[in-house]
Amino acid sequence: MAVKKFRIRITADECKGCGRCLTVCPKKLISRGRELNIQGYYAAVVENPEGCIGCGSCFYQCPEPGAITIFEEE
Amino acid sequence: MSEKVKFGRSPVFFETFNRRPGPIKKNMHYCPGCGHGILHKLIAEAVDHYGIQKNTKFISPVGCAVFAYYYFNFGNISVPHGRAPAVATGVARANPEDYVISYQGDGDLAAIGFNEFLQAANRGENITVFFVNNSNYGMTGGQMAPTTLPGQKTTTSPYGRNPLTEGYPTPVCEIVNALTAPVYIERVALTTPARIAAAKRAVYKGIQNLKERKGFSLIEVVSPCPVNLKMSAEQVNEFIEKQMMNYFPLGVVRDKTAETESRPLPAPVIRESADVEKILFTEKRKDSVAADFRNTSSMFDKELRVKIGGFGGQGILSLGVMLANMGMHRNFNVSWMPSYGPEQRGGSACCSVIVSRKMIPSPILESGIDLMIATTQTALEKYLPGLKEDGILIYDSSAVKLPELPAAMRTYGVDAIDIAATQLGSAKCANSVLMGVLAAVLAANGLNEADQADFDRAFAEAVEEKFGKKPGAVEMNVKAYEAGKKAFQN
Repeated sequence: MAVKKFRIRITADECKGCGRCLTVCPKKLISRGRELNIQGYYAAVVENPEGCIGCGSCFYQCPEPGAITIFEEE
Repeated sequence: MSEKVKFGRSPVFFETFNRRPGPIKKNMHYCPGCGHGILHKLIAEAVDHYGIQKNTKFISPVGCAVFAYYYFNFGNISVPHGRAPAVATGVARANPEDYVISYQGDGDLAAIGFNEFLQAANRGENITVFFVNNSNYGMTGGQMAPTTLPGQKTTTSPYGRNPLTEGYPTPVCEIVNALTAPVYIERVALTTPARIAAAKRAVYKGIQNLKERKGFSLIEVVSPCPVNLKMSAEQVNEFIEKQMMNYFPLGVVRDKTAETESRPLPAPVIRESADVEKILFTEKRKDSVAADFRNTSSMFDKELRVKIGGFGGQGILSLGVMLANMGMHRNFNVSWMPSYGPEQRGGSACCSVIVSRKMIPSPILESGIDLMIATTQTALEKYLPGLKEDGILIYDSSAVKLPELPAAMRTYGVDAIDIAATQLGSAKCANSVLMGVLAAVLAANGLNEADQADFDRAFAEAVEEKFGKKPGAVEMNVKAYEAGKKAFQN
């Protein structure tokens, strides 16, 4: 069985920089960004989106409906 | 190679939050790190999972979640403080085929609305209650709530909550567990991924109970409020895990879903009956109006939208009531909506009256006004933009200075207060003078003779109704009415 591949996307302008996702990623993919987004927050950034294992922890930690999206390769 | 979304924005949320004012249309209004957003996502996902979006009704509280209707694409009622379970009861009983979610915070549920909540739980209403417990009043800036921990500092307990004077945190789930009716009670927390997974299962269970009509479910969600608690994401999770959980232990408190049978859909309370139909929904055709008021004037073919504005004490609101009663007694649909400054006697007062043969969808009157009566300059300037270009304006000529108006507008100035004070001896009946002017103005604008007589009679009835026990007042108001008519002719 082929290993499933996942990709994580954080929409910077929808992030409020609360930092909840940072604490839960088992692969430590997410870090706090250094640029302010349109709302004036330091949005979270992902350096290696393809390293995602698709656990969904960050998605359920995030209070915003669409800031984090996790894609699965088909 | 294609991709599909594994975790993403729920279709139960609006695509863009157009109801939310301001430029930010994709985000919720909650503070960074707030648990409301997480719970909203879980509820949206569960509602989508069970396919009940169409028939879901969400009762939003007063509290941070008051604007939930910006986000959820299903029915929503925003209710007064603490009254969500009471309104949910009404909605669930009136619409038994609907799925009613009541959503409240700790100040709303455990303080102001504790009675409503407990009564609904005790009756075992067929609703699911989400109770968001963040240990303070978040919306107003972090005051002490019933769920604040002993020793916890808030803006209203700067030395920490003292149990000797302020008591202990309210254990809502345990209190509800003392009741017989509730079917499912669980307390969950929004901290670690494992806790959120448990919360998700509880939310799914609550929504499933709704779908299967099992009865009352309560899910208490211990939720992070990092901004008011002045903590980071890690700190607030630690606060919940190490401190809040001492007072709010997690887990299923009661689960009777397996042995509870689904409730059958009750028979409708109001059965279809020809009589009820007849009484409630009389056809509003022109010739179905009461036989003594078959109005043929063109003025009554459409809605008559009237705005009356002035000072408190001038009888502005009574004038509107009179007008509305006249319409109501003649089988029109009417609405009367007052607006005044209750905190200040003699402040500005205004009312909106709509008289119509059709159903009146909204009593609010800000544009398309046919007829306006203004006795003060402020009222005139405030409501004039809503008056139609060919509308009728009646104003008190001693108090109001007219600005430049469209040519088609018909204006009638009359010194009503002066007439009432000098000719009739009391400024109190100035409103009846204005009513007389109104009668004369309508007559001059196409009201036929039979209807004029009817307007007179309706006025007499309205005065009798209001002042029937004071013959002197009736007489004075009738005189004022005649004086108003005369003033118009002059």
